[in-house]
Amino acid sequence: MSEESTAEEVVEHGYARPMVRIRGLHKSFGDLQVLKGIDIDVKPGEVVCVIGPSGSGKSTLLRCVNLLERPTRGEIEVDGVVLTHRDCDLDKARRRIGMVFQQFNLFPHLTVLENVTVAMRKVLKVDKKTAVETARGQLASVGVGDKAGEYPARLSGGQQQRVAIARALAMRPHLMLFDEPTSALDPELVGDVLTVMRDLAESGMTMLVVTHEMGFAREVADRVVFMDDGVIVEEGAPAQVIGDPQHERTRTFLHRVLHPIDD
Amino acid sequence: MTDTLKAEPGPRTRTGLTPRQRRNFGVGGQYVALVAVVVIAIAVVDWSRIQDNFFNPDMLGKVWPELFTIGLVNTVIYTVSGYALGFFLGLLIAVMRLSSLRLNRLLAHGYIEIFRGVPALLVFLILAFGLPIAMPDRELPFPPYGTVALALGLVSAAYMAETFRAGIQAVPKGQIEAARSLGMSAPRAMVTIVLPQAIRIVIPPLTNELILLFKDSSLVFAIGITAGTADLSKIGNDLATEHSNSTPFVLAGLTYLLITVPLGYVVRRLEARQAKAR
Repeated sequence: MSEESTAEEVVEHGYARPMVRIRGLHKSFGDLQVLKGIDIDVKPGEVVCVIGPSGSGKSTLLRCVNLLERPTRGEIEVDGVVLTHRDCDLDKARRRIGMVFQQFNLFPHLTVLENVTVAMRKVLKVDKKTAVETARGQLASVGVGDKAGEYPARLSGGQQQRVAIARALAMRPHLMLFDEPTSALDPELVGDVLTVMRDLAESGMTMLVVTHEMGFAREVADRVVFMDDGVIVEEGAPAQVIGDPQHERTRTFLHRVLHPIDD
Repeated sequence: MTDTLKAEPGPRTRTGLTPRQRRNFGVGGQYVALVAVVVIAIAVVDWSRIQDNFFNPDMLGKVWPELFTIGLVNTVIYTVSGYALGFFLGLLIAVMRLSSLRLNRLLAHGYIEIFRGVPALLVFLILAFGLPIAMPDRELPFPPYGTVALALGLVSAAYMAETFRAGIQAVPKGQIEAARSLGMSAPRAMVTIVLPQAIRIVIPPLTNELILLFKDSSLVFAIGITAGTADLSKIGNDLATEHSNSTPFVLAGLTYLLITVPLGYVVRRLEARQAKAR
């Protein structure tokens, strides 16, 4: 965190300023209401996993946090900046919000190293030498240090996703958003990516993760949020939400995910 | 086994022929027609005069080296300068065409409609004869090169803009989202992430445009250029007039083919490579 929470803030709010603060978030695509009033706080250093059936609005929620989708209504504040404010400099705010996509979205015309350095160079105006050093460090830390000179197409899905994580981390984000980061991966490659994410969580990164990996959510998340039909149905500690769900919809969903073939 | 299959008679048609018989009949008819044309050509045409007029080896020495040192060189200069202008203007118009500003989209749309819908010859004439009257004390640089480059550039920009637009739209939306999520502004994402990929996608059609422009550069003929600035077609025409022989036309044509055929081959190779990469 660039600035520590001051004593005044702690007194005022009773706790440190949340990294993410979402209030009354609504999002519609035409007549289709995807989010129907979402309120979430994510504390600094907290790892929150969002689970729920497809079409529940969880990806849209994540994409609203860095305003890739513009909310129809509601307020989103990240790291003390109100992103939904009319005068907010979104480009500047997004520098500190890393995002990892389901389809990786690496830049295919750039090498792995350039994928990681390009935003440092063009957005943060870091000099080339520093950018390359940082990038090499990040790539090594996610286990693809030997792929720096390759183009993304030559990498496996798991390697590509780890490069995408390194690309986001190189910007020194205060918050990382993960949008189903392992859903497009072959099963045997999922573990490598989840390991990187777990290490990141343990290093104290604030993370908001949309995922279907219940094992990851149970092990790594501080809090699990279950969404259905555009609203938060229930949230709490993973042991509680996944282990002892209170709502029928949560139970039905978890049963389908954890026992896909028996009825 | 095949014999039993063959023994089955095919369905009869109105003419009483099986489809196979009809097909053979059609192919035979084409050969007969071709032979007839050749026989008539041999009988009617005076081949020695044709050869003397169009394929006269003596003309080779008289055409060399102007056809290359002046004609081909000027054609290449006209084409390359017009293409360069058209490339950047086309890129600008394509980006305007996809702008979030309605005015930009309208301007770009209007430009494309006008310059695709008007004959290139007319653009040449307007720039060469209309513009000097409208602006008597101003002149396009390096006459007539500036005029030609501008005319070819204006026309090809309209076509290239549509090609670029298709290329930009072919870049997956996730690329822009990834760029924006890293804090890049929309213009920065366009320049650094989208355009390099878009241009790669449209290299084959852009090379096709180069071939078209190479041939269109012969339109300078209409604006009355001097001997030193003559292109391939003009020099072919001058030499043909001077020697009262059509061989220079043929040689000029062959010189065009010298460039266009290999370029066309390159385009097909690039297209095949892209098809394989998908």
